[in-house]
Amino acid sequence: MRHIYWRLIPALFFGVFVIFLWRGLSLNPHALPSTKIGQQLPDFQLSTLDKPSVLSPKTIRGHIALLNVWASWCPACTEEQVFLMQLAHDGLLIYGLNYKDQPIAARQWLQEWGNPYRLIGQDREGRVGIDLGVYGAPETFLIDQQGIIRYRHAGVLNAMVWQNEFVPRIKQLEGHQQRA
Amino acid sequence: MIAELGLFALCWSLVFAMLLVIVPTLGLWYQKPTWCKASGVYVLGQFVFVAIAYLCLTLCFLRNDFTVVYVLTNSSISLPWFYKLCAVWGGHEGSMLLWVAVLSLWMVAVCGLSRGLDDAFRVRVLVVLGGLSVGFLLFLLATSNPFARQFEVLDSVGRDLNPLLQDPGFLFHPPMLYMGYVGFSVAFAFAIAALWMGRVESSWAKWTRPWTLAAWCCLTAGITLGSWWAYRELGWGGWWFWDPVENASFMPWLVGTALIHSLIVSEQRQQFVAWTLLLAICAFSLSLVGTFLVRSGVLTSVHAFAVDPLRGLYILIFLLIVIGGSLVLFALRAHTLQRQDKPDVVSRESALLLNNVFLAVTMLTVLLGTIYPLLIDGLGLGKLSVGAPYFNTLFIILMLPMLLLMGIGVHLRWQRDVLRTVVVRLGWAVILSALLPFVSLMCFDRAMTVPIYAGLALACWVILSTGIALYRRVQRRGLTGLTFAYLGMVIAHLGVAVSVLGITISSGYGIQDDVKMAPGDHIQIAGMHIMFVNEENLTGPNYHGSRTRFDIQDGQRQATIYPEKRVYDVGKMPMTESAIDVTPFRDVYIALGEPLDETAWSIRLYYKPFVRWIWGGGFLILTGGFLALIDRRYYLTRKTHDMVIE
Repeated sequence: MRHIYWRLIPALFFGVFVIFLWRGLSLNPHALPSTKIGQQLPDFQLSTLDKPSVLSPKTIRGHIALLNVWASWCPACTEEQVFLMQLAHDGLLIYGLNYKDQPIAARQWLQEWGNPYRLIGQDREGRVGIDLGVYGAPETFLIDQQGIIRYRHAGVLNAMVWQNEFVPRIKQLEGHQQRA
Repeated sequence: MIAELGLFALCWSLVFAMLLVIVPTLGLWYQKPTWCKASGVYVLGQFVFVAIAYLCLTLCFLRNDFTVVYVLTNSSISLPWFYKLCAVWGGHEGSMLLWVAVLSLWMVAVCGLSRGLDDAFRVRVLVVLGGLSVGFLLFLLATSNPFARQFEVLDSVGRDLNPLLQDPGFLFHPPMLYMGYVGFSVAFAFAIAALWMGRVESSWAKWTRPWTLAAWCCLTAGITLGSWWAYRELGWGGWWFWDPVENASFMPWLVGTALIHSLIVSEQRQQFVAWTLLLAICAFSLSLVGTFLVRSGVLTSVHAFAVDPLRGLYILIFLLIVIGGSLVLFALRAHTLQRQDKPDVVSRESALLLNNVFLAVTMLTVLLGTIYPLLIDGLGLGKLSVGAPYFNTLFIILMLPMLLLMGIGVHLRWQRDVLRTVVVRLGWAVILSALLPFVSLMCFDRAMTVPIYAGLALACWVILSTGIALYRRVQRRGLTGLTFAYLGMVIAHLGVAVSVLGITISSGYGIQDDVKMAPGDHIQIAGMHIMFVNEENLTGPNYHGSRTRFDIQDGQRQATIYPEKRVYDVGKMPMTESAIDVTPFRDVYIALGEPLDETAWSIRLYYKPFVRWIWGGGFLILTGGFLALIDRRYYLTRKTHDMVIE
């Protein structure tokens, strides 16, 4: 077994390498955590798309709700619409943020794909989007009873994301409410 | 139904792969030759079922079956059919399926073409390959099923293949790359089998080298095509970006290059055996690590697919078992293979050893640069990225002595040589290659800097010295004395020199210009007259956009090219289709930037002299490898072996 030491070097080198890779796995280079989580909704007053009303944080306060960022120019938004309709049908309150869109096109789109929203704010210049830290449509925020942002999902909302990310958080929030 | 059939076939191929691992191993243990013989059937079974699975996925694409998630995310109704064929490997799941398919293909090839091998050895090789297939098939089935269905989105037209990938280069680049990556698994299996047996036969290197060469050729082709694709498609005018994914393919190539050189020594002199085994293990390990880096999303990159920590964890455990296991096996067993006769310092062995050292160091440098952000992040020191300057500087510094050595090495004899005779022989080549760059740059009236001079002089040096070696060989042995292997060496080395010329001149004398132009405008660049003629609307099968026309007047030569700006209908992603006017000695490359007002565009112009030579050199290297692969001696041995057995 002469010189076994130098022959162990590659194995040892690889061992160290694996440790770093393993640590690297738990670090997500794509993670761009929203700084808004745990904070109140930013202040805004938006005219609504379909009803003569105003969408502001005050309207959203008082119940657990979703704030869904969508636009008629966004093809991926059509893919979550079926699921959102189902959620709305099950009694969840969903508010829409019509992001950088034309009202006529947006109304047409709603007629075509269905309207799950209780109220839709028109964010034509995307100012509220900037305040919320939106970086693309669709994006969905979970808002608690006090109007605090609890979770943000960027991308299409589907049943899996809903079950894994939203349902546990909603249960937790409801638990808090009952205890209080 | 087709998707389910595909999944079913995939499960069956896993069964066959498991049988391939278990039955022959037991056969070796209990000394039952019939159990060992069964390995051939299992290899074939695995191949057939993987092929069926692959065909099923292809059919799902051709039939636009958007209930299959993978098809939904990587195809669309308007995608042309030939892009649908390659969209099969456009995402993570499909490219892993391609990986397994290629592995099965190599296994069938090994099984069919190595009948001359000692049975005990051959069975071990196949068992090792079977073990690798089990790992990858389990990975596919457990974490990345390409046949998974969904029934939520039923009205979609598909999310389309990433527009960057909609390019002819993409038709060939990934399969070639995978052929190379996975091909190193054969050399790996040969090395592990040798360690498992505890002895290396004298014919081991002779058997391993053709397989290694074949894999290396595929990888060379894959990298060359990838570089060409990046040049055409990314629209930045560069041809190599030191992107983690590019590095992941480049590292196995460097080690593979070292391996084919050290295999020569092992084959002809029975030396460096332990080192060669280590290189064989490393080449494949780096392919696996490359896969890990790309698939796990540990590193961000232009090429990276979706992030999924579970996949990363699986691959990491797989890496630990395969690479860790084989390195430990190497540490325990390699001493049994050592030979004692030491060659002289001045000998071909030493030159090849030095070559190996340089290649290994280069590989480690690239590896360090690639994972450095990961190390820093892992140590909690923040996020950073290592840029091209690091790689360029170190790579060039390491390549200079390498090229110098390349010229000397081919002249040295085995075992022992006298440095003086070689120096005398090459004296005038040294002088000529020192002077030639001067003279030629004077003639063309160009400014000269140290890096340009070094690059040109070294390229001249390699060409001249290789030429002299070839001339002497022909003088001594006549034209018939040239083996394919020797010719392959000459062409591959010349290819390196050609690439070096291309890289030096294109980066030294290239011109880049950003200008604002409207139809009717002219511009002068590098003595050429370029005119923006007009702009028109463009409608393609799955995109629309603008097409512009540029006329180029270069001396007597007239050319017209059409750079485009495309917006793909599904993803709404704007893409720059640059246009290039190509001659052997220069490229004029025009990419459209953004429209500035009603008619004017911001336009990026490149003048790139000799840029084609980079890929020309790559092609020559590939040809060299191919010639070495078809050398007669590998096939002669096979016959004599057969005779011994009969």
